[in-house]
Amino acid sequence: MSQRLGTSVARKEDPALLSGRGRYADDLPVPAGTLHAHVIRSPHPHADIVSIDPAEALAKDGVWAVITGDDIRKISDPFLVALKSPIHQWSLAVDRVRFAGEPVALVVAESRYLAEDAAELVQIEYAPLEAIVDPVAACKPSAPILHPDAKTNEVSVRKFAYGDTKSAFERADRIVKLTVDFHRLSFTPMECFVAVAQYNPANDSYDCMANFQGPFSTHPVMARALRVPGPKMRLRIPPDSGGSFGIKLSVFPYVVLAALAAKITGRPVKWVEDRAEHLLAASSGPNRVTEIEAAVTKDGKILGLKMDQLEDYGAFLRAPMPGPLYRMHGAVTGGYDVPNIDVINRVVLTNKMPASLIRGFGGPQLYLALERLVQRIAIELGLDHLEVIKRNLVPPEKFPYHAAAGSLYDSGDYPRAVETAIGGGRLDYLKKRRDEARAAGRKYGIGFAVVVEPAMSNMGYLSTLLTPEARDKAGPKNGATSMVTVNLDPLGAVSVTADVTVQGQGHETVLAQIVAEQLGLTPGDVDVTLEMDTAKDQWSIAAGTYSCRFTPGTAVAAHMAASQIAAKLKGIAAKQLNVLPDDVELVGGRIRSRSNPDNAVSFSRIAGTSHWSPVMLPDGMAPVISETGVWNPPELAPPSGDDRINTSFTYGFVFDMCGIEIDPITYQVKVDRYVSMHDAGKILNPMIADGQIRGAFAQGVAAALYEEFVTNEEGAFLTGTFADYLVPTVSEIPEVEIIHQETPSPFTPLGAKGLAEGNCMSVPACIANAIADALGVKDVQLPATPRRIHALMAQHGGVR
Amino acid sequence: MRRVNKDQRVRISLTLNGRKMSADAEPRMLLSDFLRHSLGATGTHVGCEHGVCGCCTVQIDGTAVRSCLTLAMQAEGREVTTVESLAGPGGKLNKLQQAFQNHHALQCGFCTPGILMSFTDYLARNPKPTEEELRDVLGGHICRCTGYAGIMAALKEAAGLTNANEPTGAKS
Ligand code: FES
Ligand code: FES
Repeated sequence: MSQRLGTSVARKEDPALLSGRGRYADDLPVPAGTLHAHVIRSPHPHADIVSIDPAEALAKDGVWAVITGDDIRKISDPFLVALKSPIHQWSLAVDRVRFAGEPVALVVAESRYLAEDAAELVQIEYAPLEAIVDPVAACKPSAPILHPDAKTNEVSVRKFAYGDTKSAFERADRIVKLTVDFHRLSFTPMECFVAVAQYNPANDSYDCMANFQGPFSTHPVMARALRVPGPKMRLRIPPDSGGSFGIKLSVFPYVVLAALAAKITGRPVKWVEDRAEHLLAASSGPNRVTEIEAAVTKDGKILGLKMDQLEDYGAFLRAPMPGPLYRMHGAVTGGYDVPNIDVINRVVLTNKMPASLIRGFGGPQLYLALERLVQRIAIELGLDHLEVIKRNLVPPEKFPYHAAAGSLYDSGDYPRAVETAIGGGRLDYLKKRRDEARAAGRKYGIGFAVVVEPAMSNMGYLSTLLTPEARDKAGPKNGATSMVTVNLDPLGAVSVTADVTVQGQGHETVLAQIVAEQLGLTPGDVDVTLEMDTAKDQWSIAAGTYSCRFTPGTAVAAHMAASQIAAKLKGIAAKQLNVLPDDVELVGGRIRSRSNPDNAVSFSRIAGTSHWSPVMLPDGMAPVISETGVWNPPELAPPSGDDRINTSFTYGFVFDMCGIEIDPITYQVKVDRYVSMHDAGKILNPMIADGQIRGAFAQGVAAALYEEFVTNEEGAFLTGTFADYLVPTVSEIPEVEIIHQETPSPFTPLGAKGLAEGNCMSVPACIANAIADALGVKDVQLPATPRRIHALMAQHGGVR
Repeated sequence: MRRVNKDQRVRISLTLNGRKMSADAEPRMLLSDFLRHSLGATGTHVGCEHGVCGCCTVQIDGTAVRSCLTLAMQAEGREVTTVESLAGPGGKLNKLQQAFQNHHALQCGFCTPGILMSFTDYLARNPKPTEEELRDVLGGHICRCTGYAGIMAALKEAAGLTNANEPTGAKS
């Protein structure tokens, strides 16, 4: 069985996880004397806090403290926000609550059961205010203002112009317009948030543990809120995490809250979120209203685009928001060669839970609008949808391709990917199924979606939010640094640490594969430890697991670290084997002469040399005990003066195609067949890659058909349990046929790109297009629940 | 079941994975909390605490139950089995566990112990299930990572519906 990079090596993670030996945050030991916290949350979406009376709760045995906003504002600062706007958020509400579920007070007691009991005794009086939940209405002058100091709910408006969109629209044969609404949802990891904190008054430092996922650019945000320098806010992240999908970034306000509670009580404090809290208040993807229009020729060529994107971040702009609006910015034209585009980005705040990171991160919102528009272009011009797609794809000869808004697409052959996907009888099958269904009077539709999937974010992308002048003042932001360290122990054993957080992606396995490959070992010979300690591990602000940075980033750093070790070991071995370093190779646990393989020595002997006899090293060589690979690709430049930004480092390609049928009795959308074509460059471990694709696919289906956070007009949250918020089970997830094409990235030594988010972006668009085809409708609101489908059909006379 | 006052702490004894154990607890303590925090068996996970996700599934006297919907007291004197019991000597994975690894049926692994405990019970009672029956039982669990395809493949292998020598996932 091959264990090489590029093969499906079985996961090193699995035996422990299958045996109940995982070490998740709530499994880890806590310091003696740890107290337990329970968060009291606002029942109102918008209200002034009139008074909080903790007396009765404090009188109970075992209750240590009831902490309020007034307590924490004295000893902490509001969280830093990307936008220079007076939107102040502390880890507890101060004076006013702005969403149902907002933390108002923290009860700290000897056990969680006691803390929950005591919470019932805390008397809180609120003066309710009018709430605003609709993003469009929130921009109106008459709307209640969430943050009076900001004077408006529409806290940021930026206009961008690339190329000559005006003349493109003048030249066009036709203008096609659409308004698209993307809803709120979360991918709710099965493990909820956990935070444990200790405070040491002797040196004013905090020692925290949480299932935080990164980005580590949030670490300074936490440290600043706690009013300490970064090294005095030590954060440890456990070796296992029960899923994340972007969501566990949002544990960070609770890390700060636990830290403050530890300072106030003088005892370590632990908080474990429950599912009801998680659904109510943890995190949501932002909802977005996009007005999009295309200037097209009559044969379907897109000459120019205009987009007005209004994104709703809920009650606060938590770091690094408004990321979803800007993360895709350079690639806003998707897979199409469109040189002219005007974009308006608006950020609005409403009385809903704050939005934050979520797998796909801005992609689902962008592509639902763009891909629905392309389908509409075909309908309005009387052309075939697929023909319009093909006419506009970026042609292969243009790579590396400079997209209008600044992304540099590294590699790809989009037309070939599309041809492969529709070939093999796959499209013919869908057409046959559609014909048969329609002949029988049933509603069947075919959908397509084209997605360019970015990976590894440019740390400067969010500064596109600022004007060029403001950026100049703030200093340049750009790049993305990845770091991996490979260590050699005295007996030549190899171990690895890396700047990622574990969430289930199989990083341990893939890192072992990469390092083993360079050192002539097997993945089983390489130990990988991925728990993280900000005080002792290597990290940059880019660290963490998000935006598919592992494959184009950390994996490359691992390759570099292992290559550095290999080069030095060759030097050491050359001296011992009495050959030139160029003649040395590392193979099968041996280090040997290429020209005379019998002249060999074991890997472990050479690898241990720097421990046991550093004096014997070749002249001038420093001991080789650990090497850190540091990778920072030069392509990630800061935004230019004309606002072009290469938002990400690699750009994969996804082409999806599906057939759906509407059940005539239940109005359910049934996926008949789904095909997903991926070009993510070189695949490092096909089994793990397909696992990521299947996981993203299921979440894409969930977003398209099932999951939605519902807040009513008054601001009450209606989806607070798994009985109301419908996470698909096995019966709801259709099969997906995955096809790969490999166009290696020329910018990374591994040629590999990210691939774990593409289907979160493509599936909602593809299914929405299929529904539009099935019902002949223009507006398809997701999730396309039976109730919505029934309403659509009633409106269009399709209900029998 | 014995009668206790709700505020009085009680000693609860049970057999966990073949070993007699006991600890003090409030009568209202959930079995999931008791196993994890009083007995240190952290392999059993809690994903919703309202009976929907299946993460917390353990067996009591051989029957799969949701430990978040069970009071610790209800397990008094009974045999509780958790995921920690499944592997053989030296940590050797059993057939079901091995099938999960073969088919990449887990990513974060948080849902996995509950699924393993459900199917350990189910396959013991129904050793020759159909694919539909497997799907029905799996429908009682939520996995957020995998999209379920790998889990179904693993269950089919474990139930003998597919050949163990031809895994679809790993070992290409
Ligand atoms: S934790 Fe028991 S079913 Fe979810
Ligand atoms: S493997 Fe993560 S929830 Fe199932």
